[in-house]
Order: sequence, then structure tokens, then C-alpha cells
Amino acid sequence: MDYTNFLFMNHEISLVVVMVLVLLTDLIFGDKNKKLCQYAALGLFLAHTVLGLYLGHISDMGNSSPEVFADMYITSDMHILVKNILNIGTFLVFMFAFRWNTTENKEHSSEFYFLTLSTLLGMYLMVSSGHFLLFYIGLETASIPLATLVAFNKKQKESAEAAAKYVLTAAFSSGVMLFGISMLYVSCNGSLYFNDILEAFDKQPLQIMAFACFIAGIGFKLSLVPFHSWTADTYQGAPTAVTAYLSVISKGAAAFALFCIIGKAFAYAPEVWKNILWWLIVITITIGNLFAIRQTNMKRFMAFSSISQAGYIMLGVAAGSALGMSSLVYYVLIYLFTNLAAFGVISSIENETGKLNRDDYDGLYETNPKLALVMMLAMFSLGGIPPFAGCFSKLFIFISVFEQKEYLLVFIALLNTVISLYYYLLVVKAMFIKDPKNPIATFKSDNMTRVGLIICTICMIVLGFISGLYQYIESISF
Amino acid sequence: MNILSLFVIIPLIMMAVIFCINGENKKLIRSVMTIGGVALLAVSVITTIEYFKEHGADPTAAFYLQEQFMWYERFNIRYAVGIDGVSVAMLLLSSIIVLTGAIISYAIENKAKEYYLWFLMLSVGVYGFFISIDLFTMFIFYEVALIPMYLLIGLWGSGKKEYSAMKLTLMLMGGSAFLMMGIFGIYFNSVPEGCDPTFKLDEIAAHVTMLRQNSSDVDTSLIDWEYIFFPLTFIGFGVLGAMFPFHTWSPDGHASAPTAVSMLHAGVLMKLGGYGCFRVAMYLMPDAANDLAWIFIILTGISVVYGAFSACVQTDLKYINAYSSVSHCGLVLFALLMMNKTAMTGAILQMVSHGLMTALFFALIGIIYGKTHTRDIREMGGLMKIIPVLSVCYVIAGLASLGLPGLSGFVAEMTIFVGAFQNADTFHRVFVIFGCTSIVITAVYILRVVGKMLFGPIQNEHHKDITDANLYEKIAVFTLIAAIAAVGIRPLELSDMIKDGVNVISTILAK
Repeated sequence: MDYTNFLFMNHEISLVVVMVLVLLTDLIFGDKNKKLCQYAALGLFLAHTVLGLYLGHISDMGNSSPEVFADMYITSDMHILVKNILNIGTFLVFMFAFRWNTTENKEHSSEFYFLTLSTLLGMYLMVSSGHFLLFYIGLETASIPLATLVAFNKKQKESAEAAAKYVLTAAFSSGVMLFGISMLYVSCNGSLYFNDILEAFDKQPLQIMAFACFIAGIGFKLSLVPFHSWTADTYQGAPTAVTAYLSVISKGAAAFALFCIIGKAFAYAPEVWKNILWWLIVITITIGNLFAIRQTNMKRFMAFSSISQAGYIMLGVAAGSALGMSSLVYYVLIYLFTNLAAFGVISSIENETGKLNRDDYDGLYETNPKLALVMMLAMFSLGGIPPFAGCFSKLFIFISVFEQKEYLLVFIALLNTVISLYYYLLVVKAMFIKDPKNPIATFKSDNMTRVGLIICTICMIVLGFISGLYQYIESISF
Repeated sequence: MNILSLFVIIPLIMMAVIFCINGENKKLIRSVMTIGGVALLAVSVITTIEYFKEHGADPTAAFYLQEQFMWYERFNIRYAVGIDGVSVAMLLLSSIIVLTGAIISYAIENKAKEYYLWFLMLSVGVYGFFISIDLFTMFIFYEVALIPMYLLIGLWGSGKKEYSAMKLTLMLMGGSAFLMMGIFGIYFNSVPEGCDPTFKLDEIAAHVTMLRQNSSDVDTSLIDWEYIFFPLTFIGFGVLGAMFPFHTWSPDGHASAPTAVSMLHAGVLMKLGGYGCFRVAMYLMPDAANDLAWIFIILTGISVVYGAFSACVQTDLKYINAYSSVSHCGLVLFALLMMNKTAMTGAILQMVSHGLMTALFFALIGIIYGKTHTRDIREMGGLMKIIPVLSVCYVIAGLASLGLPGLSGFVAEMTIFVGAFQNADTFHRVFVIFGCTSIVITAVYILRVVGKMLFGPIQNEHHKDITDANLYEKIAVFTLIAAIAAVGIRPLELSDMIKDGVNVISTILAK
């Protein structure tokens, strides 16, 4: 390998540079001027995001499928796009967290940025892995700092409880996955390269067992039912910025990684994973929906809603085709803007008033019409109501599954959208129709949150109409 | 830019303008609505003239005034518009009702700006649906028309509005889940060898014809998909067309909705169901339509009679009219399923006629309710002495509804039953006679209301002080009555135009 190959890892390298600089600025200026550190972190990450968008189209570098570290690390235009999507999402999370970082979390804001970026690095590696060990390292790099992030509100009991739940289940599921990987190692001629596994996978019982363990491990990250039990408590206890990060970025990365691994390592054995995925998706969507109906705390509500959304994302994996991949990435992109808009509203209300229940939102439209409108758009988009972007992403993912003749699966998913619409409408009803007993007073959210919400809103309204975006994703999917 | 796109663009511009107006300035908002409504009516009249011109030049085409832009190339999704005789009739109907609905809505005081914004979004969906000839965009417009209902009923409605709004939205969305399955099924299966799947209606129809020709001598299993997806599509649209047993959203929804929304919903939106069944389910899956029609004839036959009987026992004016809508919209689907040119023409005529009638009814009920503050017919009486203009209008609406010659209801029902009786087998004849009984039952519930509410002694002393309709209410009501009378007196032009549109589909079905 020649050293120029490192250039293919420009996303990772630039992220590491940003991380180091964030730490350095905190070391030098942290005692005197916390605000400077914050702006530095945001600015650096923005630079990294923009750089990522402009640099590194693999096809421009004259090599369509480069190999780094003897094929351990794979990249392509698609991988780059996914990383860019993760960047954008993380930046939005930072914007919504800005207020929290300047007030409540002022002392530890640099740690927050550093830890979030290190989980992002882990997700990059997960997405780009071509070998199970690199995948595992990425997964752990993504999980362990997240546990710290969940516990960030050190003075709150719920936060500690959430972190304990998260770290225990994370450790357990990593263990299960590692067990599965070791079984693969034994049964696939002592290699963990995806390509080698593809050749050696001949449906021995041990291999199938290994696959089941692998699904259990990644199911935890994606919070698929029945590996979801940590989700609600962790989402509720964690700081809202972290919850948003968990529900969008972490899920998107894991879903794409799962798609790549299934497509690369287990491509010849669809009968092994098709059934498992079929049932996982059906129960994930259904149970996520049914539990979401009963939630009154907005963060718990979003937790169950994101469980069922994960089921919809998995539909793309179940399709398993190039169309499935492009629909999945498109879905994640739209879901990112939509879900972050919802979390942006939730966090700005929480920061202002500390209120988190759905009843507190009664009559929000009377006092804070703009926030209520954004929330309504987000709910409609999550529920798949046209003409908002969420509808298009849902339809395309359904088309990709329908193409595989999985009629029943599509039908169940479609009926579930009706159930999900019910609880999304409950939020709209609270904000617009109900008479408030104790309404949230009119307030102005900070500028960062506003800009973030405006970006999300524009994307929710406009993205569905721009067919070029989907065409681009489609053209680079494999 | 094609003239048809104006139907979507004008409401969008109106939305943008109203969005920029201060909500307190209700006069300005109302005048924007009225001007826009008149513009839409003008555009639909121009469209009608253009249609006749094009039709004169080429009487055989499936769609006129076509225009298309590629949207999502990967799936062959296009923004494609085009009209035939049936959609022209629907566009005229929608324009009349949107305009009168906007005028009737002057009475809305609370959050008028938001109300009109949602109202316009609803009309964007309705117009878009009628002009689209691409299944995907059609579906998008269909859903755009549904969701504003939730807030319109929930915020500005009356009675148990939250319950009704949720019930209506969820049932209709459930219907659209069925519909989505049907659309995907059509998209992926109507592909003869060497063709790309497409969402465009006339291309699909051509593909299906190719499949039928190929399959007759080689392999009949090629068209089996129709038997799965026809029922799904038909039920999906049938929910909106208030087909038994999926009609239960309709009485609650109509009763709770504000006046203009009831008008638009019963008058136009429910027609989306019938139009969709006709344009999508039966046009694109003719074999299954012929073979499975009996199931839906039974169901819609039940709607026709059951809706009429239910209307007889209701005491709330809006419920009476809502059940009568179930009965009349059932008749639309019933007539479509008779698969015969005359009956199908009658079905479309019935859509127009019922749309106008029911809009008139709901407008009058809304106005009367605004004055008497009750919709219970037991608490009203002798209104003819107090508010003669409104009462006479109500009688006219009632007479149109029970099919008095000279008004639109007679034309439609006559055509339907004459056409339907041409099917010579016992099954059809029995059901036609069964359906005919609804005419009598309609007379019962209409005359019961007229007798109790308008004639007889004055029940409530407070009602003595109420005033008759004001100017804008009169304008709206008279416009609707004029339209009803026009259809009733000169039905030939309209029915010829509709027949030209029906012809394409009834030929396919007859093969």
C-alpha cells in the first residue's frame, strides 16, 4: 500500500484533526473563555462538514473502489455520502445543543463536543468497514463515549440511570456480537474479511447461529424489537441533544452498516436473513407504534416513534437491492431533518420551561405559533403525509420492498403508518385544538436553534420535490 | 404552461398571498378568497371551452390538453395532467363549490386566516386529483386533500369534533393504505415484455390491453394480479366514496365539520372516491372489474338503501344529510359497477348533481344553524313563516334530492336506473329494483324534514326574531340553485360531454 491511500480516509483524518483542535482550544482558552471554545468547536466542525461535502468524490480520484489497509477499510461515493449525511445531522444536533452548552452544561461543553465527535469517528469506521474486526472497533468507539454522553447531566438521577441501562445493554450486546463474530471466524476458514465470508458461507448451523448473534448485536444499536428495552429509559434520561443524536445519527449509521454487511458478507444466503428480517421488521414497527400511543412524555414518545421508524429504515435492508440501498439512505436523510426538527422544538421548550409532557403542549399554537408549526410539519412528515418529504421517503422505501414481491410486508407497514398517524396527530391535536389550562408562555428561542429549525423546515418542505437528490443517491448506490 | 396547471397554481398563489396578510384583516382575506374563487371558476369555464375545441378536432383521444414533466425518472413518475369529459364535469363542480364555500365561510370569525389556508390546501388536493393522469401524483394530491380535514374539523367544527376528526382522518388514511397497495400492484404488474413500468394512466391502460391480448392464447396467469389489486384499489377509493361498511366516518365527519368544509367534503371530496374507482380501478383492471363487480354491487347496494333508511330516523339535520350522502354516493358506485355506458354516464351525472345538492343542503343547514342554534328538527317548526327565502331554497334542494323532473337529481337517477336495468340477468335486475326503493325512502326523509321544520306551528318563541339570509349567503345559495336547475333543464350538453369520457372506459370493460 502506498501512503497516498490515506487520502481516501480524508473524512476520518479531518475529523481527528478537528477533535484534537477542540481539545487544544479547551486546554488553552478553556479557563478564561468558554464561549470561544464553543464557537471554535462549532466552526471547526462546520469546516469539516463543508470540506467533506466538497472533497473526496472517490470517482474523481481515478479509482472507483480503493482499498485501504488491505481491504479492511472500504470507501465509495456512497460511503462518503453517508458520512456527509451524518456530519450534517451532527452539526444540527450541535446547533440545538448550543443553548444547553452555554448555560447548564457550560463547564463541560468541550467534553460534550469531543465525545460526540469520537462517537462519530466510530460510526465512520463502522460504515466503512470491510472486515468484522474494524466493524467491531467502530461499534465500540461509537457506543462507549455515548454512554458517557447519556450520563452527562451529572446531577440528575435519571441521567445516571439511563447511562447505566445503556452501558449494561451495550456491553451485553457487544459481547453477544463478538461471540457471533468468533463463531464466524471458526466456521469461515479463519478469516473475517467480508469477501472471504461471502465465499465460505455455506449455511452450517454454526454460521447461522453466528448470524443470529450478529443481528442481535446490531439490533441493539438500531433498537429493533426485541432488543429495544433500553431505548425509552435512555432516551428519557439523557440530555435532549444526546437523545436526538442517538435517535438519528446512531441509527442511520448502524442501518447503513447493516445493509453493507448483509450485502457483502451474507449476500449468497438470503433465505437465512430474509425471514429473520421480515419478522424483526413487523414486530419492530408494530410494537414501536403500539407503545408510542400510550406515552405522554415527549422524549419517551419520540423513543418509541423512533423504534418504529427504525423498522421502516430496515425495510430498505429487507429489499436488499440497489434500489433498497438508495431508498434507505434517502429515508435516513429525510428522517434526520424531520426527527431533528421535532427534537429541536422539544429541546427549545425544555430549555425554556423544563416542560416535557404532551399535556404541556396544549395550546402551543396560541402562544408560540412558529414552534407549533414546525412541530406539526415534523409530525406530518414523520407520519408520511404529503407533500412533505417524509411521504416521499416512505413511498420509495415501500416501492423498493414491493419490487421484491414482499406484498404482505408492505401491507403491514402501510397499515402501521395509519396507527403511527394517530399518535402523531395527538401531538398536533394538543398544540392546535386543545384548550390550554396552563399554556407555555410566549418565548424567543436562541438564534442557533432558530437557524437549525429553519434549515430543517425548509428541507422537510422542499426535499421531496427535488427529484435530483434521489437520482443522485440512486446513481451511486450499489 | 398548460391551462390545467392553473388549477393548482391559483390556489397556491392565494395561499401565499393570504399567508402574507395580517390575520386581523379579515376583509382583505375574504376578498382574496372571492377573487381567487371567481378566477378558478373562470379557468374551469375556459377549460371546458378548450376541451370542446380539442374534442371537436380529435374525438377519439383518451385525454385532452395533455402536458407532462418528468419528475422522478427512476420510477417513471411524472407530473402529468390531462382531462376528458368526466374530469371537465368534476372541475366545473369543484369550482362552483369552492367559490360558494368561500363565500359561505365569511361567517368564520375565529382564526379566519388559518381556516382559509387549510381550505385552500384542500382545494389544491381536489383540483390536482382531477387533473392528474399520473397515478403517483394523483395519489399525492389525494392525500393532500385528506389531511387538512383533520384540522378543519378539529379546530372549527362543532359537537364531538375531536372524535370525528380523528375517526375521519384515520379511516381515510386506512383507505389510502389499501389504495397504495393497489397502485404499487398496478405499477409493477402492468408491464408487458420490453416495456418499462409506468405510472401514467393511458400508458398503463395500453400495457394492460397488450397483456390481455398476449395472455388470451398463451398464459392466463399473467393477469392474475388484477384479482388481488382490484379489490384493494376499489376498497381504497370506496372508503372515501362511503361504501358500506366503510362509511362510518362520513356521518360523524360531516356532522362535526364547519359548513363550508361539509360542503366541500360531501360535494367534492367524496367524489374523489367515485372518480378514482372509475378512473383507476375499473379503467386499469377491466378483467377483475368484470369478474368481481358482484361483490361490490352487493356492498354498494346496501349503502344505497341502508343510508336512506338511516337518514329516516335521524333528528340532527346534518346527520340526515350525511346519511343521505352515503346513500347517494353509494348510488354513484353502484351505477359505475353496472358496467354499462348509460349507467356509468348516469353515475357521473349523479356525482355532479349530488355534489351541487349536498353543498346546497349543507350551506342551508349551516346558515339555519347559525340563526336557530339548533340542528334538531324536533326543536324547529314553522320556519317558512320566519325565514321564507331560506325555507324555499331548502324545499328546492329537497325536491332536487328526491328527483323532481326539471332539477338535476331526476336526470341523474333516471339515467342510472334506465342504464342499469339494461343488464338482463337476474342478479343485476334484483339489485337495480332493490336500489330503486331508495327513491321512495329518500322522499320519506326529505318530506319529513320539510314538514317538521318548515311548516306547522312555530316551536320555539326565540326563533321568531331571526332574520332571513343576508346578501352573500343569498349569492352562494342562488348560485348553487342555478347550477342545479341548469343541469336539470339542459342535461344533454353535460351528459354528452360525460358520455365521451365514459366511452373510453366502457369500451374497455365491454371487451
